[in-house]
Amino acid sequence: MSATETLEGYNFAYLDEQTKRMIRRAILKAVAVPGYQVPFGSREMPLPYGWGTGGIQITASVISADDTLKVIDQGADDTTNAVSIRRFFARTAGVDTTEKTEDASLIQTRHRIPERALKEGQILVYQVPIPEPLRWLEPRETETRKMHALEEYGIMHVKLYEDIARFGRIATAYDYPVLVNGRYLMRPSPIPKFDNPKMDNMPALQLFGAGREKRIYAVPPYTDVKSLDFDDHPFEVQKWDDCCALCGAEDSYLDEVVMDDKGRRMFVCSDTDYCEERRAQGHVGPLGTSPGTPQAAE
Amino acid sequence: METVHMDPSSVIPMTGFDDPVQGSQRVFRQVLDAMSHPGKIVRIQDLDDAPQPLNKSTAAICLSLVDFETPLWADSEIASNGEAMNYLRFHCGCPVTQDPMEARTALISDAAALTGFSRFSPGTDERPEMSTTLIVQVNALTQDGGLTLSGPGIETTRTLGVDGVSSAFWDAVRANNALFPRGVDLILSVDEHIVCLPRTTQVEG
Repeated sequence: MSATETLEGYNFAYLDEQTKRMIRRAILKAVAVPGYQVPFGSREMPLPYGWGTGGIQITASVISADDTLKVIDQGADDTTNAVSIRRFFARTAGVDTTEKTEDASLIQTRHRIPERALKEGQILVYQVPIPEPLRWLEPRETETRKMHALEEYGIMHVKLYEDIARFGRIATAYDYPVLVNGRYLMRPSPIPKFDNPKMDNMPALQLFGAGREKRIYAVPPYTDVKSLDFDDHPFEVQKWDDCCALCGAEDSYLDEVVMDDKGRRMFVCSDTDYCEERRAQGHVGPLGTSPGTPQAAE
Repeated sequence: METVHMDPSSVIPMTGFDDPVQGSQRVFRQVLDAMSHPGKIVRIQDLDDAPQPLNKSTAAICLSLVDFETPLWADSEIASNGEAMNYLRFHCGCPVTQDPMEARTALISDAAALTGFSRFSPGTDERPEMSTTLIVQVNALTQDGGLTLSGPGIETTRTLGVDGVSSAFWDAVRANNALFPRGVDLILSVDEHIVCLPRTTQVEG
């Protein structure tokens, strides 16, 4: 995809150089202490907190004019947030953008990890709303900071145990807590727990940015990321009875789409690029049509 | 008033990046690549020249990442060189400290004399990111050396050879690793290449 017209009057990638240096230093320290949340001087961005300001600031500090950027929101390349962030960097940094996971050198994501396995050399930037895994259990920053320093994470195990006592299973389905490199408890951002196993020993570098909460953290490539669990209640990901209605995939994360007011519904891949790639290869789901013809399921 | 004649080379610092915005970005990405793949030799090639005793990659990293927020400490060989210090002050605008514990960045040109990191800040358990980053200029880096590295960023193991440091240096690296999450982070530099050894990296051999 060719870059749109570059804006005049802004520094490369919007942020000023001093801000980028500060963020770059924070990123390097975050890589050196995997899973630890490094505070940084988050700037005001031309979009509200909660729209990915943390991820955008990381992307702006990392991106080069030679990068190829992909932005996804809940797995989709064509949602408002993804489209506007992609356009923002096309205009302020003049980068090429893509929807293909394979072709991207830099991927900014909200709430999903692409289905296609990432390669060494790629960088995945997560948008994070609440970076502190212990925040809903302990509201005081002074206390959670001590708990991380002392590796005192019993309170999180109690929380998961209470789930088991009440529901018979761990009910957390997204933003499922992980232990990074056997040391730091980390929030993986609100990705479904389906995606947690992809973080473990991923060849790509994973960077996390929380703009409102002013924290940056990282998981270097090939780093252990373990989802918390118990011996008698091992970590499991969700499964579906259906396959993707468009491409027939049985191994991808599915979104439920309500079709009408008669209770008809369909399940489709949340990762739009993965679904399109499969359809281009000729895979057809129960409601799909062969490539080239208009979608029947409208 | 008496006119003072000075050699212009001692007052006008050498030029930095041709394009400071793109140069800083490229060097940062190269350092990020090296820091997230400990032991990997990464090329840094954005400066044509650097004032002795700074090598080109050390100078490029300083230009890319050091500024008024990060106090800099340099060992006596660098600190006593007016041209090098003038260059760093001019391009980075960084405070220069005499106390290595205060430094966020430390430059070491006499690597053989570096036998421990206790002079530098390891950060605290609550704020491990406040530690010093050491840029150590060594004689040579080879990918197929006698050291075996493992840890985050390394799929299985990676070999590395470093010429110009003492054996006590590697004892210090191991002691630094044991401090985790505290500890300094190391960037070993030769003319146009660097290797990063963050505090997570385990070194054998």
